[in-house]
Amino acid sequence: MTKDEALEERIGEWRTYFRRRQAVHATDVDELEDHLRSQVEALSEAGLDPDEAFLVAVKRLGDLDSVSREFAHEYSERLWKQLVVSPGAGTVSLTAHRDTILAIGLAIAAAVALKIPELFGLHISGRDADASFYVRNVTLLVLPFLAGFFALKRELPRSGWYLLALPFIAAALIANLLPFKPEGHTLVLAAIHLPIALWLTVGFAYAGGRWRSHEQRMNFVRFSGEWFIYYTLIALGGGTLVMFTIFIFEAIGLNAEPLVGQWIIPCGAAGAVLIAAWLVESKQSVIENMAPVLTLLFTPLFAVLLLIFVATMIWTGNAIAVGREVLIGFDLLLVLVLGLLLYAISARDSQAAPRSFDTLRLLLVLCALLVDVLALWAIVARTSEFGWTPNKTAALGLNLLLLVNLGWSAVLYARFLAKRSSFLRLERWQTAYLPAYAAWAWIVTALFPAIFNYR
Amino acid sequence: MYIQKDLVAASATPLVLAILSEGESYGYAIIKRVAELSNGEMQWTDGMVYPLLHRLERNGHVKAVWGRSETGRRRKYYRLTRAGSKHLARQRREWQTVDLALRGIWLTTLDTPSRSG
Repeated sequence: MTKDEALEERIGEWRTYFRRRQAVHATDVDELEDHLRSQVEALSEAGLDPDEAFLVAVKRLGDLDSVSREFAHEYSERLWKQLVVSPGAGTVSLTAHRDTILAIGLAIAAAVALKIPELFGLHISGRDADASFYVRNVTLLVLPFLAGFFALKRELPRSGWYLLALPFIAAALIANLLPFKPEGHTLVLAAIHLPIALWLTVGFAYAGGRWRSHEQRMNFVRFSGEWFIYYTLIALGGGTLVMFTIFIFEAIGLNAEPLVGQWIIPCGAAGAVLIAAWLVESKQSVIENMAPVLTLLFTPLFAVLLLIFVATMIWTGNAIAVGREVLIGFDLLLVLVLGLLLYAISARDSQAAPRSFDTLRLLLVLCALLVDVLALWAIVARTSEFGWTPNKTAALGLNLLLLVNLGWSAVLYARFLAKRSSFLRLERWQTAYLPAYAAWAWIVTALFPAIFNYR
Repeated sequence: MYIQKDLVAASATPLVLAILSEGESYGYAIIKRVAELSNGEMQWTDGMVYPLLHRLERNGHVKAVWGRSETGRRRKYYRLTRAGSKHLARQRREWQTVDLALRGIWLTTLDTPSRSG
């Protein structure tokens, strides 16, 4: 490690440490970082080692506690967020109030947008449903509102808005101009990958256009996990509501099912995307770290499961049977393990020393990799029988992407456990790799149809 | 020289505003200028200048814009607003009054303070 790299790493650690403070926002840390670097440069010119210069500069900046206390003093509303679930009265709630209106307005807009095509005779459900149209366009009718929510909230500059609009326009063109065959494999693949590609576009808005920043990317990962949890909770509540709607109307001899299928479920599902995002944003500090808690719970369970699975395979000598769904199943397994790893990383104090739980996580990743390699081996051995179908190519591509991601994570994790590398490197690797998924999602959406002749 | 906290806090606002009245500047440069003006006698805890600048921004005394440093790093620059100049003028009168009173009393007391570093 050169001295410059060491310095970068220390500044990175200093940043994450500072970012934990409630009252200090990312832009404040940016400003302080500029100060720190100016000081380090000046001291280096005066003949100090980068290391020494960093220490002196940090010392002069003042200890974190008193500086963040001073910030807290200045920005008391930032601390409020952690104390009250619903924003309190007074000036404090002004922006929170605006966000609420914005979120609800956009949720309604998304619900309406989803129903507009019905005016042109494209039905979302029922007997004459036009499944193909909605399969292709459902994310395009909802996610732009989510992106808009963050763009407004983060006060994205005008150039950012153009950049943000670009992927959505491209996606709309791809989804509606390419001559997909109904029920074709490439159509289904595009319908699966488009939401992923556009979700990462939402990440651009979430980061306020600063998508290159590692911290922002990590925040978006955190956000995605929390959003998923909130959305699931809302869906549970929505399910209960739907059940009761049908039940009570049935009691008076009316059939509410058309109303539920045509309006409540689709509109609710679209609006909930915005509401869940708004909840994650506004309750950020209150019910934080739900995802990390779940990962803490399930990491050992999955590690044990995979260990037993590998042991059983060796014991019985049974190979993995290559079926249609095997590849997809193992993709999902790797995604799950990656998720467990990501949320564990996002919640971990990057300065803490290795603990026994870290070994367990590494074990989980290694087991997943081993199982996946065994599955891949079985599939590739028989690939000549099936040829390259679009489904298989997509699944295989994703598998390779995940393998590279998890494989290198395992290496970095092992090096961290051996105290030969810092945890920050592992974090950086994960956030740096995210665009690869976006790129792959776009390739499958945009290029696969033509490559595979719209099969 | 050690200067007690209250005095540092009270003098920080007029000092920062006065430095900004010389032209647009940023946190690090402001601190350097303070050290220069006081011959290195006044040492602020660097981090403390930022909450102060943010408060001045909120009160409308300064305006902040993100720009770039010579090396291309993101940097937040602060500029004095019209309200800020007025505030500075008022502060200046207050401090001059205090200064005048103190000078008067320093002259009549016998042991003149000696500079110590």
